[in-house]
Formats: sequence, structure tokens, C-alpha cells
Amino acid sequence: MLEARDITLSFGRHRVLDGVSLSLRPGEVLGLAGPSGCGKSTLARVLALLLRPSSGTVSVDGTVVKGWRHRAPQRTAIGLIFQQPRLAVDPRFTLLDVIAEPLRAARRPLDRAHELAEELGLTPELFGRRPHEVSDGQLQRACVARALVLEPRYLICDEMTTMLDASTQAHLVGRIEAYRERTGAGVLAVSHDAELLHRWSDGNVRDWNPAPAPARNADPAPAS
Amino acid sequence: MTLERSSRRPRRAGVRRAGVRRPGRHRLALVTVVVLVLAVVLVPLLARLDQQLVDLRSAGLPPSLAHPFGTDEVGRDVLLRSIYGLRVSLLVGLAAAVVSVVVGGLVGLAAGAAGGPLDRLLMRVVDGFNALPHLLFGVFIVALFAPSATAVVVSVAVTHWTTAARIVRSEVLSLRGRPFVDAAVSGGSGRLRIVVRHFLPNLAPHLLLATVLMIPHAIWHETALSFLGLGMPPHLASLGNMINDGQRSLLVGDWWSSLFPGLLILVPTLAVSSLAQHVRDRANPRWRSELNL
Repeated sequence: MLEARDITLSFGRHRVLDGVSLSLRPGEVLGLAGPSGCGKSTLARVLALLLRPSSGTVSVDGTVVKGWRHRAPQRTAIGLIFQQPRLAVDPRFTLLDVIAEPLRAARRPLDRAHELAEELGLTPELFGRRPHEVSDGQLQRACVARALVLEPRYLICDEMTTMLDASTQAHLVGRIEAYRERTGAGVLAVSHDAELLHRWSDGNVRDWNPAPAPARNADPAPAS
Repeated sequence: MTLERSSRRPRRAGVRRAGVRRPGRHRLALVTVVVLVLAVVLVPLLARLDQQLVDLRSAGLPPSLAHPFGTDEVGRDVLLRSIYGLRVSLLVGLAAAVVSVVVGGLVGLAAGAAGGPLDRLLMRVVDGFNALPHLLFGVFIVALFAPSATAVVVSVAVTHWTTAARIVRSEVLSLRGRPFVDAAVSGGSGRLRIVVRHFLPNLAPHLLLATVLMIPHAIWHETALSFLGLGMPPHLASLGNMINDGQRSLLVGDWWSSLFPGLLILVPTLAVSSLAQHVRDRANPRWRSELNL
């Protein structure tokens, strides 16, 4: 289980997360809905072990996380898909470089990158293109492939389908569902689109509405 | 309704409006640099002339077909000595620029990538160096050595590495916060891998530009130090030494002894700056694809 307990995080004087707790079980799809600016993406980055909280704990399969970013050996167990694919890829990389980067870091063969790219609808002629030479949808497919290539046990989709057309949204959600069913991974879908989350998670959605005191009462409550 | 494809190439006005393309300007700069580099490489190899040869019968001759840049106060050919001088100045300028950018780049990379106390410490060292008047500090450094090219290179590098350090640090800080670096961390990349695969390739255009822009600046410093009698050994033809020697001739109206070496500082400076602008445009993959439209 991926579990966050009493997470508090401030940027300067602005408290973004205040005692937030959340848990995600393997095989579960949990939707996290909330308005823009309420701290969903910040929580996603904390859960992906990219951002150290001011207080609180994150545990992965029962092991409490001690180090963050490079110092977190569990970080590859959690895949993160970013909201804006243009910002989430190095502009100098080709699409194949983007997908293969985790494999290269783990010193694994690159065959899986080709397979996954084709599963996600990227044709071989796109492999050598750079980000500015492909569409947002094609780029987000490469980002999804990158997140899945090491087969993480938990996947965090941070507004993954924002700015994409309906067919690309459906295709990406379908691929992630197929991955979840095959591997039993837990999926946390973060979005302000409550309707999409309800359809995707079959109603297992936590509404995060911190109003009227922003980020003070922001407790999406532990998932059951 | 039918759609017809025009056989004419699409207009590139949009790219021009964006200020990316300046047709022909970089080609002129490139030709200038190539001609000057060929001159400084080939002339000493091919010309059977001694640039140190003193011929008092030819002293102070104005520009003519026999001596296009004239002769100096002891009859040495100014064109030949200018080419030798440019060779020395270019080599010293290039070496000083490379050393200062490498040193500054490493310091900036360490400060930006590590952050925290190391960043603060290194930036205070940079502030300390920047607080010194750099020409006087450079003079102080060359005064510690005998006049030589090494002394000039060390002097320029020690007084100019901070520029590259600041550029690299600020760029690394910007890169560190980008989502693609977060994605690399999340995918299991270590610090070294991120530095090699993400930071250095994205820094390369800035480092290249800093190096290229530093070359003319280093040449100015070499010239200034030689002019003050502290740079290159006095017998060696460098542009600074020649201008220094020529100032005496100016008093008797021999303007060519200083003017032509001075122009040989100005022309490569303008050409290299123009090339640097072009290199920066080409180094950005997105701009590069627009330039190729």
C-alpha cells in the first residue's frame, strides 16, 4: 500500500498541505478530485517521493520512506505522469530516448521501450522525433510509456488527460487500465474533472475541497 | 472545391519577424574568421619572410603595394607582424576563454546542482572575486610571473571565470526545477546521470556562447596587458605590443603602425560576436528546425 499520513507542506508562508492523509491499495483505482490550486499536484509529487514534506510520513508497502528524490530507493516503484507533456520531456531527447530513459538508468535492455511505444500507438517513424515535432497527444503517450516501462507498483496520473482530445483520453486510460489489470498496480488519478474520475474509478473518488479555509481542512480522508 | 498545392516555397517571413534569421550576416562573419585563421596558420608556414627583420632603410614607410600596412619605426613589415600578432592574440584569447569557462562552468555546476551550503559558499567566493577591479587584479597576477602567454592566460582566467560560473549556476537552478528533471529522478536516474544527460546538453549552448564571447574579451585583455608592458614578451609580435610600439610613431604622423593592428582586434571581435549569435540560434533544437524551414 502507498500511504501518506498527516502530510504538511508549506512554500514559504503559504501552507499548501495541512495534515493530509491518503492511502492507495494495490490494484485499486482511486480518483482525487478538487479545484485548481488546492494542492493536488503537490500531494502527487510528495507521493512520488519527489518533494519532502515538512511533516508527516509516506510509506511504500509498509516501509516508511526516509530519503527523498535521489535518496529514495523506492522511487521507481511509483510512476508519475505529469500534466503537461511539453514540460515533462527534455527538449533535446527523441521520443525513444524519453521512453528508454528509466531503462538506461536501470541498465536494462531497451526492447521493452519499443514494445511499449507501439502498444501506446506510437509508430516507429515517431521514435526519432523530438518533442517539438510531435503533437501533445503523441508526447503524452510517450510520457505514459516512460512511466510504465519499469512496471511500477503504483501509478500517479496528475491531470494526465488535460488538454487531450476525447479519443486520446480514452486510449490512454484504456492502456493504463490494461496495465493495472495485468500487474495489479494501484492507480491514483488526479483531476479536476470529476466526471472522468467517476467513470475511471467506478465512483471511488475522494473530493478534495479545501474551502472555505484553503488548505486548512484539506483532508481527503484515508481511502477505505 | 479542390485544394491546389503551390509549387512555391512557403514564405519565411514569420521566422524573420521573430528575429531568428539574419540571412548572410553569419556567412560574412564565418568567411572573415576563416580568412583570418588561414592567414595566421598559413602565412608563417609559406612566407619566407622574417617578421623580426630590422631594415632601417625602410623605416616608417606608409602603406604601399610592397608593404600594404606600411612599415614600423625600425622597418619591419606591419602586415606580416600583424598576422603573427593576431596568431599570438588568438591563441592566448582562445586558451584564456576555454580555461575561464571550464573553471567557471565546473564551479557553477557544483553550486547549482548541489545547492544548500556549498552553493552559498561558492557564490560568496564569486562575489569576492567580482568585488575586485578585474583589470588591476589581472595586472597584479601577471606581475607575479615573467611576461609570457601562460601568465596572460592565468590572469584572464582568474579574473573572468566568475561570469561563466554565474551563467551556469542560474541555468542549472532553472533546470533543476523543470518537470523533465523530476521525471528523470522518478525514473531512477542518479545525480551524475542527470548532470550528464540533462544538465550538460542543455548548458552546452550557453557554455559555447560564453566561450565564444570570451575570446574577443580575452584578446582585449592580452592587448591591454601587452600595451602596459606586462603581457607578452616585448620582442614577440602581439597586437598589444604592436600598438604599444606604434604609439611613438603616431607622434610623428605614422598612423599605420597602430591603426592596422587595432583593426585586427576590431574585425575578429565583430566577426566572432556575430558567429556566437548564430551558434546560439542553431544550438536550440526548436529554433534550428525553424531555421531549416
